[in-house]
Amino acid sequence: MTLAITGKVWVFGSDLNTDAMYPAFAMKMDPPEAAKHVFYEVRPGWTDEVSPGDIVVAGKNFGLGSSRPVAALFTELGVAGLVAEEFNSLFFRNAVNAGLPAMTLPEATTIFSEGDTGTFDLGSGAWRNDTSGASGSVPRLPELILDIISSGGVLPRLAAQGYLPAELGDLLRSSTVAIRGAGSGA
Amino acid sequence: MSMTIIEKIFARKAGLDRVSAGETVVVDVDMTVLIDLQFATMWLQPLRIHDPDKLAIVMDHAVPAPTIKDAAGGPLARKFAAEFGIERFYDVGRHGICHQVIAENGLARPGEVLACTDSHTCAAGAYNTAARGLGPAEVFSIMCTGSTWFQVAPTIRYQLEGVKPDTVSGKDIFLQIANEYGDAANLNLEFGGPGLASIPMHDRRTIATQGAEISADFSTFEPDEVLASYLSDRGITGYDAAAADFDAVYQEVRRVDLAALEPYVARPGTVSRNGLPVSRIERQKIDQAFIGSCANGQLEDLEIAANILRGNTVATGVRLLVTPASQAVYREAMRLGYLQDIADAGAVITNSTCGACFGYHMGVVGPGEVCLTSSTRNFTGRMGSPDAEIYMASPATVAASALTGYITDARSVTA
Repeated sequence: MTLAITGKVWVFGSDLNTDAMYPAFAMKMDPPEAAKHVFYEVRPGWTDEVSPGDIVVAGKNFGLGSSRPVAALFTELGVAGLVAEEFNSLFFRNAVNAGLPAMTLPEATTIFSEGDTGTFDLGSGAWRNDTSGASGSVPRLPELILDIISSGGVLPRLAAQGYLPAELGDLLRSSTVAIRGAGSGA
Repeated sequence: MSMTIIEKIFARKAGLDRVSAGETVVVDVDMTVLIDLQFATMWLQPLRIHDPDKLAIVMDHAVPAPTIKDAAGGPLARKFAAEFGIERFYDVGRHGICHQVIAENGLARPGEVLACTDSHTCAAGAYNTAARGLGPAEVFSIMCTGSTWFQVAPTIRYQLEGVKPDTVSGKDIFLQIANEYGDAANLNLEFGGPGLASIPMHDRRTIATQGAEISADFSTFEPDEVLASYLSDRGITGYDAAAADFDAVYQEVRRVDLAALEPYVARPGTVSRNGLPVSRIERQKIDQAFIGSCANGQLEDLEIAANILRGNTVATGVRLLVTPASQAVYREAMRLGYLQDIADAGAVITNSTCGACFGYHMGVVGPGEVCLTSSTRNFTGRMGSPDAEIYMASPATVAASALTGYITDARSVTA
């Protein structure tokens, strides 16, 4: 998986918690159906509008709450990556472990407006607003974290290391399978 | 060596002399805990795991199974436990909310690292354990490899002073801290100081548990005589507790005068900068009252509720739900008569589960309803309808409010 992503951004506010992204009633559904309820209350209908390759930009304290594998629901929707001014660390780890690129960019919701095109390269830390021309960089993540993301998350690595059947390796790069394989959390 | 509690535990488990904020470390994990939800979708059985003696499975979130999907996970958990020889398997009947089961069975030990697939795993910080919630994929990975990585966050030290009044609980302390200081994303919380001795273990666990609600990484208590005695009573020995160094480096030290605290309540949506003393809240009617969860379904919480409810009756139009934190708590509360008193007052006592706290089963709230909860989260939609409002307070406040029908200071009921 690539560490560099370019796509249309959707801009959300601060303090979006996991109950707003993966409500308990959706935990009773299979992942494709559950994914239709991301932001069900905050922005109803968003999951019909988001397109594969789009990027979610949020404010501070993004992902406060539960260990539910919300990142995998974003991948299910085709979201290419998450950018936030500040991540809750559990939510950030879930993105890394699902192989979903995630970048912390202070002022992200000021730099980007909804519908802008953004480019984010975790490998170098560079970002650019292709619509406004603004650009800059953030500190690069530790190699160990970049390795997990570029492997497509932890489960493909486990297959490569012999903890899961090797033939599942490629399949496990799909979040749909990954979320089902590792189950859910709360 | 200038280390905080968390830094010291990380250093030990990473085989380093010194760890400080900003570093990324790879640490050995002493105990990994899987929960029922992990098995309820398409569980992939691993080919090998790190160590069956460092693994536990707790059935808690959806037991007894409210959906066929959840029911289908049970046999997979049983098969996995049997094939891999996992002795610490807390199946339905000897189950409980994982953080209570972890405490009861000595799975969280001072100075060690514990990982579990639930965001309230920070609860075990009450026992001086470096414990936090991790996602299902990561916990699966730790189960296989026995280790994981952490980015070491800066630490906020809460220096507790004075003596906690009897009418103030761990919940009230937490709600007050959350109201005053707000969120702590990418920060560790450390609790200690001379006032700690006046905070019993169950209150410490409420506080540690709720570090998750202010977005903290780890919330850890310093070891003391109260902890040593608690562990000794449960036959837990041979640990090596971690105290902070006298010259530990903190991002900030916040002093809390326990004697000045009073019962507190958080308004709906968040606990951060969203609370006030119960004595100052307007007359707020409630429809559902809930006492339970990993934070407040402990034996002492049920005792407090029973003492307030005994001989009284829940107000007309109010549902009071009480969920013991584990089957062991349930049985002990029954033996001590607490459940009798609670049920006689008109409350519904449920089996031990995470159920109502996370709005999955056992009493979700409907549109337009108001719930006063002594559980973990008051987020919009958390306990059912996004059009319901969730206030949060201590078990004493919830029990008193269930009797009057509106949010009530327990001191006015029991005085």
